[in-house]
Amino acid sequence: MNGSIRPGIFSRYFSREWRGHFVSTLRYALHVIVHPFDGFWDLTRECRGSMQAANFIVFLVMLTRVLQLQYTSFLFMRVNWARINVFTECLSILLPIGIWCLANWSLTTLFEGKGRMRDIYIGTAYAMTPLVLIQLPLILLSNVITVEEGAFHAVLSSISLLWSGLLLICAMMMIHDYSLGKTLAFMVMSAFGMLVIIFIMLIFFSLISDGIAYFVSLYKELSFRLY
Amino acid sequence: MQGKRLPVQPMQSRIRAAFLSVFLILTLILQAGAQVGYVPQYSYTYDYWGNPRSAPDAYRAVNVIYSADLGLEKPINNPSSLFVKGDRVYLCDSGNHRILQIRRDGGAFILERVIDSFTGGKGPNRFASPSDVFVTEEGDLFICDTENQRVLKLDQNLNLLLTITKPLDETFDQRLSFLPDRIVADVTGRAFVLVRNVNKGLVKFENDGRFTGFIGAMPVSFSISDQIWRLLSTRQQREQQASFVPTEYDNAYIDPKGFIYAVTTTFAEYDLIWDKAKPIRKLNAIGNDILVKNGEFPPIGDIDWGTAAGYSGPSKFSDITVLHNEVYVALDKTRGRLFGYDEQGRNLWIFGGSGNMTGFFRNAVSIEHIGYDLLVLDSLENSITLFEPTEYGRLIYEALERYQGGEYAQSAEIWNEVLKQNGNFELAYIGVGRALLREEKFEQAMQYFKLANDEDNYSKAFQEYRKAWVERNISWIFAVLFILLIVPMAAGRIRRIRKELAEG
Repeated sequence: MNGSIRPGIFSRYFSREWRGHFVSTLRYALHVIVHPFDGFWDLTRECRGSMQAANFIVFLVMLTRVLQLQYTSFLFMRVNWARINVFTECLSILLPIGIWCLANWSLTTLFEGKGRMRDIYIGTAYAMTPLVLIQLPLILLSNVITVEEGAFHAVLSSISLLWSGLLLICAMMMIHDYSLGKTLAFMVMSAFGMLVIIFIMLIFFSLISDGIAYFVSLYKELSFRLY
Repeated sequence: MQGKRLPVQPMQSRIRAAFLSVFLILTLILQAGAQVGYVPQYSYTYDYWGNPRSAPDAYRAVNVIYSADLGLEKPINNPSSLFVKGDRVYLCDSGNHRILQIRRDGGAFILERVIDSFTGGKGPNRFASPSDVFVTEEGDLFICDTENQRVLKLDQNLNLLLTITKPLDETFDQRLSFLPDRIVADVTGRAFVLVRNVNKGLVKFENDGRFTGFIGAMPVSFSISDQIWRLLSTRQQREQQASFVPTEYDNAYIDPKGFIYAVTTTFAEYDLIWDKAKPIRKLNAIGNDILVKNGEFPPIGDIDWGTAAGYSGPSKFSDITVLHNEVYVALDKTRGRLFGYDEQGRNLWIFGGSGNMTGFFRNAVSIEHIGYDLLVLDSLENSITLFEPTEYGRLIYEALERYQGGEYAQSAEIWNEVLKQNGNFELAYIGVGRALLREEKFEQAMQYFKLANDEDNYSKAFQEYRKAWVERNISWIFAVLFILLIVPMAAGRIRRIRKELAEG
């Protein structure tokens, strides 16, 4: 029992250098979205991005989605609240990102891709920055425009998607050091890879649940016989 | 085994006691309900999301008329159609080859005459399975004498005026027998006949019985995928694909303005999705469909089909009638339901069902109206059910009619009354909102339009609200802009000057 305080799990988040690193890597996202080629090259190779900042961006994307559901004017988004589950909404963002990273890494690692799983995740997360930057203010905008002015909303919304899509292509090119054609080909293949992973996951879950059901029914049968 | 079951006994008796008390409470509730004339789960509407929502009854079955009530010796057998002119009801008693002329006197129905033969003409002067009757303004009767393959026009005293037989025109397929099924006629005496197995639309006859073509067949539209598919298929396959045919109508009603409302049940289920099937059509003089569809859903009957009680698939309309306020009521034979739509195609109420109770049907074939009252013919029960609107139903009609008449404020007051009885009724919210919009109470109007999910009207109200808001707060807006733009610029300049001074 010496008087020293045991370092808590979260104590590192309060240290000055951790915060400085986090803020500077997060601010780097604003540089990446306008200088995608240099930006994504330096993002992982020069360690200008960080895992923490990537996590934070993904969190912001989920937050944007939830805020959109709640606060977008009903003119532009109809939400059937009886059928909305916030956790499902968050998972519908998290799961595709996770599966995407897995599928992309599995493929590119076999074909001279330079990126590690961690690089792919950070690149993907940073590429989603425009989604947050545009969609979040769009929530406010949607509440001050009418249906006739809805074109602004639609155009800005599509710009954010397009921008993010282009950034994702750049990110993959730079992280794996691929040519444009090879990047596009591998992105399409990754999409197929995602489908395969989902398919295997479904089979896996149905097998497991069948297996559990077998033992449950075995137990029930035995308990009826022996009772 | 007995020994093991014994300990369960107190539990069972407790459950029984619970059931008994629940039953007693339910009986009390139902009795209380019966006093205010409310049958649970009978009427409903669909909300914005297509979910059925219980609604107060717009109509109540007040009388069911059987053969005995009319004092008929020979009971009605397999009736096919109803027609109403004034307070007279004409019932096509196909199974007995006759037409019953019934007069409505308040709640009572009195048999006036039995029409089973006529005078004049060369052919048989009796009917064979007549399937429909239409009475013109002058009182002449058009009768579809189906098995005799002719349409008869008789005057009030049953003298033959005209016989229409199979047109000898080459556009009419001569291999088919001429089996007229339903008939409507316009004010000039032109007859529009629905002939069985004819899928080119309604067959049109001039007032002298001359065949002048078909109207109301929808143009057959091939999609590109259909074209490609036809190119790839063999000749035999192509001949088998005769299901591209246009419409065969099942029933028709002609409104006082001369528009023909026609219903069809020959469509593929998936065509209902993008409203390609158009089960209800409003045909103008040249046979184009001009039905207005401004509701959340097109008028196709049930949105949520389900598979409950052994019924599945879409609503299939067997008949339609149009009230004088342009509200049309379609009769669904799949589930025995009645669907009321206003002239904008928005659903007002749905009620009815399959069954033997009063207000339910086994095979609903025909619907007619006397004023606001509805008559539904059941061909298996051989009965006519009379529905009268409840207070709720009357309120809806009054609100609609006042709006049509331009009395917007009064219309909104009545819509408010409707809302007191049915808070799920989106049309009523729109009605109130429109009146508020007219009174320039934009913020309140927005609330009502939002509740009704009406984006266009909401936008109108919001635009005005926004304009007023900007005008009211223009000084604040400029103040904020000033602070945001001018102040940093000025501050930057001051700093620069200071710096220069310090350096200089």
